[in-house]
Amino acid sequence: MLIRLEPRAEASRAMVYQSPLIAVVLTLIAGMIMFRIMGTDPLQAVHAFFIEPISTLDGVAELLVKATPLILIGVGLSLGFQANIWNIGAEGQLTLGAIFGGVVALAFFDVESVFLLPAMLIAGIIGGMLWAAVPAFLKARYNTNEILTSLMLVYVSFLLLSFLITGPLRDPDGFNFPESRLFHDSAVLPIILEGTRLHIGFLVALLFAVLAWLMIVKHIIGFQIKVIGMAPAAASFAGFKEKKLIWLTLLISGGAAGLAGAIEVSGPIGQVIPVVSPGYGFTAIIVAFLGRLNPVGVILAGILMALTYLGGDSAQITMNLPNAVTGVFQGMLLFFLLASDVLIRYRIRLGALRVREVTPRQEGVT
Amino acid sequence: MIDFVVLVLLTIITASTPLVFAAIGEIVVEKAGVLNLGVEGMMIVGAIGAFAVAVTTGDATLAILAGALSGLVLAFIFGFLTLYLLSNQVATGLALTLFGIGFSALLGNGFVGQTYGGLPHLDIPILSDLPIVGQLIFGQDILVYLSVVSAIGVTWFLGRTRWGLAVRAVGENHDAAHSIGFSVALIRMGAVLFGGAMAGLGGAYLSLAHTPLWVENMTAGRGWIALALVVFASWKPWRAFFGAYLFGGITIIQLHAQGFGLDVPSQILSMLPYLATIVVLVLISRDDSRLRLSAPACLGRSFHASG
Repeated sequence: MLIRLEPRAEASRAMVYQSPLIAVVLTLIAGMIMFRIMGTDPLQAVHAFFIEPISTLDGVAELLVKATPLILIGVGLSLGFQANIWNIGAEGQLTLGAIFGGVVALAFFDVESVFLLPAMLIAGIIGGMLWAAVPAFLKARYNTNEILTSLMLVYVSFLLLSFLITGPLRDPDGFNFPESRLFHDSAVLPIILEGTRLHIGFLVALLFAVLAWLMIVKHIIGFQIKVIGMAPAAASFAGFKEKKLIWLTLLISGGAAGLAGAIEVSGPIGQVIPVVSPGYGFTAIIVAFLGRLNPVGVILAGILMALTYLGGDSAQITMNLPNAVTGVFQGMLLFFLLASDVLIRYRIRLGALRVREVTPRQEGVT
Repeated sequence: MIDFVVLVLLTIITASTPLVFAAIGEIVVEKAGVLNLGVEGMMIVGAIGAFAVAVTTGDATLAILAGALSGLVLAFIFGFLTLYLLSNQVATGLALTLFGIGFSALLGNGFVGQTYGGLPHLDIPILSDLPIVGQLIFGQDILVYLSVVSAIGVTWFLGRTRWGLAVRAVGENHDAAHSIGFSVALIRMGAVLFGGAMAGLGGAYLSLAHTPLWVENMTAGRGWIALALVVFASWKPWRAFFGAYLFGGITIIQLHAQGFGLDVPSQILSMLPYLATIVVLVLISRDDSRLRLSAPACLGRSFHASG
């Protein structure tokens, strides 16, 4: 073969950080080809998609509003992914957080208290944790695959929200529209940048990322998470409690997703509606990988992915491109990232194999 | 009453067929040692691929082929990344689903609201007019028959043929299979492509026969349910076939709830297939030793031969 992969003696640290950049460049190139095929001017489309949305202060604020749930959920998920615990159901945990937060807001509809917002956010965290506790319990107790159980609960959560919003939570004066009442001011998150929609939730997300980073770097739990992901046998010899980590990572990621849901309804949305998220819980999976499962990286990746949402809206308005372009961009980015990651453990060699390089050793890699 | 039972049975067949295709395809993939979590993505792309061709050409055969081909193309991306670039199979499968949902929405943008007449049904004089069995057995469309044939064919292929043995060998012990001269990557690629085409057919059935329309996200988690069915069936095609019909039966409860005299909100009834999937997974995974015996030993592990 003319092009082949040669295992590196040691995983390349540099490639870990270069690979996301390679992936972004490749995605841009592929995106321009896609725009060309769709019959639009690629440069103009890329401008509408990636530059225009953030050319105003309002746009930048909107970018951070959209990045908030992505960072919260992405940081939470990255903890579990490091331990090979795959919570794929963050979208469902977000939905439950929105329901719980929304129920508190509507239950105390006439109450004006500074405690209302904290109560809503805590309720959201509890909702997300409860929803994540199901796959955690089933995995810890019965060794049931958490990917499938957490994902099934996403669909259940959508149906639950749909049931509540067409019944108990529906606005009594809303002409039967499937929407709740608009929250009162004391149930809406304060704005931190006057004249925009940027709310305090963004700071909460940043704080959560810092706390998670401290836990990963400084705390024994963070060490255990990393060991169990890289060498499960070593972890069990060292006496790390695998079940405890299953519970911990799922509850943290579920709680973070629930918090994101409560923040969405009390921040940008301001009421409970049938669809509270444009797939933040799934996009956060890409955010976690793109951010290298590192909380600081997740902040940057979250902001970048938020741009794809804004870009989709902007391209739809200015160039009449379908909004679905967003999903395609996100999927392509993850593809290119996973492909570039091969360079972390292998290097590309051109030319035929020389005999003395042949080793009987085989690299089984997972 | 008889009419009602026939109607229920017909809808069970309709609800089960997409699951049969996707699960049987994924069994071959996993038997080869590859875990492709992108079934949902391949199904949804198959659905829009088939529907787009059906609406533009009006040719059912072409539409079915387009569905299979769409799933296959997506599977090729997955195969290339995991088998040749050795990417993580779980992450790549998720990427395939995320990409598939976005890509299908983009492709389907121009097809929202269009209609298609549905696949032609078999019509044999006399036989198809028989009471009860006429419609059920002799009056289905080609994909329903193909789903049955595929279950039997895959059972035969995996158990009785040389290439079936090669697929299983690669899935059980890729080092040993490699050392006796099998090309692990090529055999796995073949299995992945087959799985993609089957998932594409499952999607095609959804948009051509189940609800002959294009709706974004119309697979609604069926790809994931198919993945659960594979575990439920202990990687045996005939068990996956019956498992799919069991799930099809649960899915249609909400359609006929009023006929059964149930008064439960439709959303609660719609949760049943998803909740049933969880229950079934718990029941299966409780028996850890049996699961470990039936799962392919190299499932989800990458293979790279240095040389």
